[in-house]
Amino acid sequence: MNVACRIIDLQEEYIKLFNDQLPLLQSGAPEKMNSLREQAIKIFKDKGIPTNKVEDYKYTNLQPYFKGNLNLAFTNESAHNDVTQHFHCEVPQLKTYNVFLVNGWFSAKESDLNLPDGVVVCSIRDAAEQHADVLEKYYGKTAPMEKDAMVAMNTAFAQDGAFIYVPKGVVLEKPIQLVNIMTGSEDRLAFQRNLIVADENSQLKVMLCDHTMSPQKFVVNSVTEVFANESSVFDVYNLQNQHNLTTQVAGIYVHQKRNSNILTNNLTLHSGITRNNIRVTMDDENCESHVYGLYLSDKNQHVDNFTFIDHAKPHCESFELFKGVMDDSATAAFTGRVLVQKDAQQTNAYQSNNNLLLTQNAKINSKPQLEIYADDVKCSHGATVGQLDDEAMFYLRARGISQEESRVLLMFAFAYEVIEKIRVEPLKEQIRGLVEKRFRGEFDKCDSCVVCGQSGSGVSCL
Amino acid sequence: MLVIKDLHAKIEDKEILRGINLEVKPGEVHAIMGPNGSGKSTLSSVLAGNEKFEVCEGSASFHGKDLLDLSPEDRAREGLFLSFQYPVEIPGVSMVNFMRTAVNEHRKYQEKDPFSASEFLKLMREKKKLVEIDSNLTNRSVNEGFSGGEKKKNEIFQMAMLEPKLAILDETDSGLDIDALRVVANGVNKLKSPENATILITHYQRLLDYIVPDYVHVLYKGRIVKSAGKELAHELEEKGYDWIKKEFED
Ligand SMILES: Nc1ncnc2c1ncn2[C@@H]1O[C@H](COP(=O)(O)OP(=O)(O)OP(=O)(O)O)[C@@H](O)[C@H]1O
Ligand SMILES: [Mg+2]
Repeated sequence: MNVACRIIDLQEEYIKLFNDQLPLLQSGAPEKMNSLREQAIKIFKDKGIPTNKVEDYKYTNLQPYFKGNLNLAFTNESAHNDVTQHFHCEVPQLKTYNVFLVNGWFSAKESDLNLPDGVVVCSIRDAAEQHADVLEKYYGKTAPMEKDAMVAMNTAFAQDGAFIYVPKGVVLEKPIQLVNIMTGSEDRLAFQRNLIVADENSQLKVMLCDHTMSPQKFVVNSVTEVFANESSVFDVYNLQNQHNLTTQVAGIYVHQKRNSNILTNNLTLHSGITRNNIRVTMDDENCESHVYGLYLSDKNQHVDNFTFIDHAKPHCESFELFKGVMDDSATAAFTGRVLVQKDAQQTNAYQSNNNLLLTQNAKINSKPQLEIYADDVKCSHGATVGQLDDEAMFYLRARGISQEESRVLLMFAFAYEVIEKIRVEPLKEQIRGLVEKRFRGEFDKCDSCVVCGQSGSGVSCL
Repeated sequence: MLVIKDLHAKIEDKEILRGINLEVKPGEVHAIMGPNGSGKSTLSSVLAGNEKFEVCEGSASFHGKDLLDLSPEDRAREGLFLSFQYPVEIPGVSMVNFMRTAVNEHRKYQEKDPFSASEFLKLMREKKKLVEIDSNLTNRSVNEGFSGGEKKKNEIFQMAMLEPKLAILDETDSGLDIDALRVVANGVNKLKSPENATILITHYQRLLDYIVPDYVHVLYKGRIVKSAGKELAHELEEKGYDWIKKEFED
């Protein structure tokens, strides 16, 4: 069932919406999800959609984007949209397990994914029956709704999303690709809630591909919880390619156990307003985490990466690198919070954030935030903001390379370090090509699939 | 081929070139010497089109075209090459990609088809041999972490790839070991032809033993204050610049 709302005062209307639609929200959703809704809406009511007065949202006032005329789907009919039949999201030379979500609802998977024994990829709604224990154990455990109003809002409203479970010792060679499509002829608000569990000694790579397929205004609040259990290896690549009228609040919350090794890479190639919350909790010894991001923005786009690495236990290592290229009047923010708790001796934490501003009007706020309560630690952080290097530019041009081409070469040179961190070779190759295209201005920003570059519905750039 | 007339250039209101006159004809080798800070690198930068310097007077033409009117890339495509005194490190741009782009932009300008990957690699192999450059260097980012001598060799490698009509070598001999100097000089000599010309900026006679100049000029305080044949370099090596400075002040 679709509900059209006019949001002016935010909290009041969202609370009313919640109360009015509670039966639908609960209908067919897992017990576990429903059990947290009341508490979540209370927190949300209390905190409200963050403005820039909230310290953690200092650089992004979300309130204006959650106002206006927005449609919400409280049942999954929009998931039966035939868009997934026409839409193929493929990386050359890369085989994936492909799954679609439309407007936040689990839509379809290829008829036969041929998953190894015991591996589960399904709607989180379907997980309620056969995997109630997993849901019970993990759902809501690492995304902190009491700290973040957007997580609370998601927990109150989300009805669907993907559920991925990889059992002990299973190594998935092919990545699981979750293709998120926003579409339809109305402006829309959507929630999505994913839960990913990699059990002991398992290995899993996930690609989250975010697309918009119609020119409407889209507001998305998604939360992905990840549990990397003992000695597991987990990668997530979030490829964000949405048109300029999109507002996305995307949270990835990773919880690590002993000897696990995780990597997140947020590749924001095109978007309207993007807020990425990336939180890694290293809750056991000998964990390793790699947290990366690349944001390319122009026009009036805004990208805010808020990262929080929690070194809760000793002998863990974190590597963090975010790079951004801002053109026109684009703005961006980076916050790198690193918490080294009292017991977390022999912690190594490295962080850097480098930015390239192509115009006078482009802006970046970069804020490292280190809190260190242990004494035997190695931490480093660095933030830089710069322009294209004139000397390098002249050197290239003096060899006969045009000014435009020299710019592309230098921008790419700046960005490549983050691309090199991708641990899936064909995806790396594809992203190289897309980033280069983006810098050349050849990237069909609004309607093409970020991964395969294919055209969509012929939407012009806004 | 190159005609410079009364060229003046400044940076931040400081006049560095104060009336340069020079003519270079096809087949010639000119050496420019002169004390530190006299303006040798400034002259080469201005000729290559570095916008850091402002040309305030005079003219320079290259094959009859107004050189000062061309963008740096068009000057290069017209056949002007500058071997930088201080080559720039560009992390993240691979040598291969850099050279392929440069060579193909030259070809486009000459209305030729771009080289295919295999044609390009073949050319690279050939030229690498010519300048005896280590294969590993061309697999790295442009000049990144190259030693001083390796950077200079890399300049000559690029020159070999681009086959310019006029090469300006700004202290390409500085920092080279004895073997490397011979290799670089051989490289330059092999690329010499009756149609192209070379300007060597150097402080030492040594290079001129290998590449014999037709003319030697002394640049001092932004002007060419003396020009003669190759014997002038020997004289400078022996006596230094004092006598020229004195002559000039008088
Ligand atoms: N960016 C700059 N700003 C200010 N002065 C400059 C700049 N670049 C060069 N100069 C000055 O111009 C003068 C000429 O410099 P140039 O590099 O041309 O000398 P050179 O003859 O090549 O010297 P060397 O033999 O040491 O290489 C010097 O006094 C130098 O300090
Ligand atoms: Mg010099």
